[in-house]
Amino acid sequence: MGVTIIPEIIRESLNNLVKNGERSDDRSFDDYRDIYLETGVISKAEGSARVKIGKTQIMVGAKPQIGEPFSDTPNVGVLMTNSELIPMASPDFEPGPPDERSVELARVTDRCMREAGVVDLEKLCIIEGKKVWMIFLDLHIIDYDGNLMDAAVLGSMAALMDTKIPEARVEDDEVVIDPEKKVPLPIKEKALMCTFAKIGGELIVDPSLEEEQVMDARISLGMRADGSICAMQKGGMHPLNKDEILKAVERTGEITKKLMEHLPQNNQ
Amino acid sequence: MITIITNKILGKNSTSSKRADGRASDELRPFKIEAGVLERADGSAYLELGGNKVIVAVYGPRELHIRRLMQPDRAVLRCRYNMAPFSVDDRKRPGPDRRSVEISKITSEALMPAVFLEKFPRSTIDVFIEVLEAEGGTRCAGITAASVALADAGVPMRDLVVACAAGKFEGEVVLDLSEVEDKDGEADVPVAIMPRTGEITLLQSDGNLTPEEFGKALNLAIEGCMKLSEAQKEAIIKRYGD
Repeated sequence: MGVTIIPEIIRESLNNLVKNGERSDDRSFDDYRDIYLETGVISKAEGSARVKIGKTQIMVGAKPQIGEPFSDTPNVGVLMTNSELIPMASPDFEPGPPDERSVELARVTDRCMREAGVVDLEKLCIIEGKKVWMIFLDLHIIDYDGNLMDAAVLGSMAALMDTKIPEARVEDDEVVIDPEKKVPLPIKEKALMCTFAKIGGELIVDPSLEEEQVMDARISLGMRADGSICAMQKGGMHPLNKDEILKAVERTGEITKKLMEHLPQNNQ
Repeated sequence: MITIITNKILGKNSTSSKRADGRASDELRPFKIEAGVLERADGSAYLELGGNKVIVAVYGPRELHIRRLMQPDRAVLRCRYNMAPFSVDDRKRPGPDRRSVEISKITSEALMPAVFLEKFPRSTIDVFIEVLEAEGGTRCAGITAASVALADAGVPMRDLVVACAAGKFEGEVVLDLSEVEDKDGEADVPVAIMPRTGEITLLQSDGNLTPEEFGKALNLAIEGCMKLSEAQKEAIIKRYGD
């Protein structure tokens, strides 16, 4: 992955802006950029979404496959998240196997959805110990302008809510799939992620690319609709103190509530 | 801003054609091309053709870091054709496979003749083609969109390469095979041309055709190219004016 060099003058000016309570695009510290969300954009995917936060753009597709459950959870379906920071999205992204940023993005997204219990995975079991539905969530990052985490989780949530899987029945120990009959994925929770960047000693929500490039640290919080925290990930070269983290948690409640309004109202 | 048409209406059964979607034998699927759809890329384009959805980004000319690829007298043009895992019925495993490696290579060869590579020694022009949804004919869709993205990036070119396939389905030579026709059909002939001179920059053929049928398919594909070529120009005019 290439390294973009940030001129000192930009670093200083962004830091100074934040110290004066401002940001380069005139947002307040708790404001997201414009959010755009559209579902059902890929007809071949059983569920899909396109999400934009500012200029950051992600396509998310959900595809089900029948597979074997993990041996320690024989009656539970599988949700797998995979991400590709494709070179289209930024001059810094290179083709090739997923690098650490891509793996982190996929794993954090996965954790957020899984720990929140977004999908009722037990309902995805077809034959205990043998056959379960595996839902693959693929994050395709096509334009990178900062804050991939929140966009990824928002897009994933929307794509899962959009997903319809074929009905699977068991006849003589064989799985019979009826592709004509589609049933919505059993969604039992909603969760979204909210990311803060620490710049100029303050935590600001939804860092743009410019802000990410100069931030000291980052913290992402996954929160369920009921306000409980389902995932958290700190990033960046510098530490955060406890107060900062608690403040972030406190602010996330209100911010996530607003963010939830972007999701489709009902499952399907 | 891309508006994705989530349509499933491919043809309206107006003609008495044998084709599954009711198109005439020389009829393209509905299409649209948009230039400049991405923020970060130097140039970009989005194309829909029937159920295909393809997005292309161009970076460069820019510094080439891999020294062994560097050409002292011209730029290299690298293509990466990639299918999103969700673009097909059975999830495609991410990453390159033999098919996408081959398509990447022929795509770059299809585009290269049109680009003034000699203006940019020791550098690279990178073309990234992402197939978001596939419905037959993605390599051609990728090439057609890639030219528009190159133009959008301001890369100097002799012409806008455009590609289209023809083939044979149930004994008839037809233009622009759909997914069904591609799978069940007898032959597929993807063609790319430089419309100003008519020079062909890509030609493949897969399946059995008599020489007459091949000639007919080639002509048909070129006709299809000319129609798409108009849409390419319109996309650029729409973005930049005359």
